[in-house]
Amino acid sequence: MGDILSKYDIFGAFWVTIQLSVLSAIGALVLGTIVAILRVSPVRILRLLGTSYVNVFRNTPLTLLMVFSILGLSFILGINLSQDLSRNAYLWAVVVLSVYHAAFVCEALRSGVNTVPAGQAEAARAIGLTFGQSLREVLLPQAFRGAVAPLGSVLIALIKNTTVAAVILGTSEAAGLLAKITENEGASLPTFFLFALGFVILTLPFGILFTHLSQRLAVKR
Amino acid sequence: MDDVNPTAAVPSDRTPDTPRDPMVVIDGVNKHFGDLHVLRDINLTVGKGEVVVVLGPSGSGKSTLCRAINRLETIESGTISIDGQALPEEGKPLAQLRADVGMVFQSFNLFAHKTIRDNVTLGPIKVRKKSKSDADRQATELLKRVGVEAQADKYPAQLSGGQQQRVAIARSLAMGPKVMLFDEPTSALDPEMVNEVLDVMVGLAKEGMTMIVVTHEMGFARKAADRVVFMADGQIVEVGTPQEFFTNPRSDRAKDFLGKILTH
Ligand SMILES: Nc1ncnc2c1ncn2[C@@H]1O[C@H](COP(=O)(O)OP(=O)(O)OP(=O)(O)O)[C@@H](O)[C@H]1O
Ligand SMILES: [Mg+2]
Repeated sequence: MGDILSKYDIFGAFWVTIQLSVLSAIGALVLGTIVAILRVSPVRILRLLGTSYVNVFRNTPLTLLMVFSILGLSFILGINLSQDLSRNAYLWAVVVLSVYHAAFVCEALRSGVNTVPAGQAEAARAIGLTFGQSLREVLLPQAFRGAVAPLGSVLIALIKNTTVAAVILGTSEAAGLLAKITENEGASLPTFFLFALGFVILTLPFGILFTHLSQRLAVKR
Repeated sequence: MDDVNPTAAVPSDRTPDTPRDPMVVIDGVNKHFGDLHVLRDINLTVGKGEVVVVLGPSGSGKSTLCRAINRLETIESGTISIDGQALPEEGKPLAQLRADVGMVFQSFNLFAHKTIRDNVTLGPIKVRKKSKSDADRQATELLKRVGVEAQADKYPAQLSGGQQQRVAIARSLAMGPKVMLFDEPTSALDPEMVNEVLDVMVGLAKEGMTMIVVTHEMGFARKAADRVVFMADGQIVEVGTPQEFFTNPRSDRAKDFLGKILTH
C-alpha cells in the first residue's frame, strides 16, 4: 500500500479531479442558469432552444460526448482548445462536463422555479418590473433556494462523473490512475478502497453542506 | 349614439351613466380560452376617482376582465386604455404602464423571500428609481397607514392573511398608482380578518382613488361603490348604483344571483 502511495502520485490525481470538478461546476452553473432562463422566457423560440438543449445533453451518454469532443470536434474538425495535446484534452473535458451537467443544473433550477407560486411572478409584473427584473429580484432568488437540494445532487454527480474524463485524459485524474495502477500492480482491494474513500471525502461534505443549506435557506410559505 | 346623453362623447360606451373624465376605458373587448368565450364584447368606462364593484357568478369572467386591464391576460379584440393611453404590447412600455395600475390579488402574492418592508420598497426602487432611504421612509408611512408597521422586518409567512393583504395593498400604493384593481381581496381570509382589509379599501375610496373591485362583499359595495357592474357568462348584464342594483335588479340573472348570495 505504502509502496503504491510512493510510486504513484495519487494526491496529484485527486487534485486534477478537484480542478475538473470546480471548473466544470462553475461552467455548469453559469450555462445551466442561462438555459433555465431560456426555458422560462416568454419567447417561444427561446423556450424551444432551452428544451432542445436539455433533451439533447441529458439523454446522451457522457462517455459518448467525451469521445466525440476529442475524436469529432478536435481531431476531425480541428477545433483545438490548446496546442498542447494533454492540455487540449483537459480543457475539452471541462467543456464537456460543463455542457453535460448544465442540462441537469437547468432542470434543478426549473424544479426550484416550480417552488415559486405563479402569483409571485404576476405580482412582480403587476408592480411594473420588467421580465429581467422579475427574474433577478423575485424568481431566481427563490428558485435558487428551492433548487439547493437538487443542485447538491447534481454537483455530487458531477464530481463522480469527472471519472468519465479518463477516456480522454488517460491517467492524469483519479479514475485513470486507478486503472493504470491496477494494470501495473494487479487488482487490489485496498487500492480500490483507497480511491473510493477519496471520492467519498470529496463528495460527503457537499452532501452535508447542501442538506444544511437547503434547510437554512428554505423560503417559508 | 344618443345626443341627449351628455356623456355620449365617449365612443361606443353603452353603459347608461358614463363618467365624464375617464380613467379606464374598455371598448369592445373579447377573449376566448379555447372554445370558451370568457369576455363577450365588454364595454365599460371607469371615471377618475370612481369606485366600481364587479360581481357575478363564478366563472363569469370577472377575474379575466380584471387581469386584462393590466394585461396579465391578453385580449383578442377591442381596446383597453388607462388614462388615455392604450395598453402597449409586451416590453418596457407595458411594464411602465403596469406600474401605474395597482393590483391586489386574492392570494396576496407577497414576495416570500423578502421582508415586509422590502416587499413595499422593491417597486419604488427598481421601477420608480427612488433612493433606498426615500423608499424606506415611504414604506414606513404606508405600512403605518394600513396598520402593519410593527411587522416591517418580518417575512410574509409570519403574518396573518389579513395583515398580508394589507401589506399587498401598501405595496401597490407605493407605486403611486392611477387606478387600483382588486380581485376578490377578502375571499381567502378568515371571516374575522375581512373587515380590517375592507376598512383600508373604504379609506382609499374616500380619498378618491380610482378602484375596480371584484368582490361579493355587499357592505363594501354599499359603503364605497359608485357603480355596480354585474357580469354573467362573460357579458356585462347590468350596471347601476349599488342602491338600484341591490334593491331593484332589472335582469333575471341578477335577481337570481342576488337571491343566492343574500340568503347566505
Ligand atoms: N388560464 C385559463 N385557461 C383556461 N380557462 C380559463 C383560464 N382562466 C380562467 N378560465 C376559465 O374562464 C372562465 C372565467 O374565469 P374567471 O376566473 O374570469 O371567472 P370569475 O368570474 O373570476 O370566477 P370566480 O368567481 O370563480 O373567481 C372560467 O370558466 C374559467 O374556468
Ligand atoms: Mg375570479
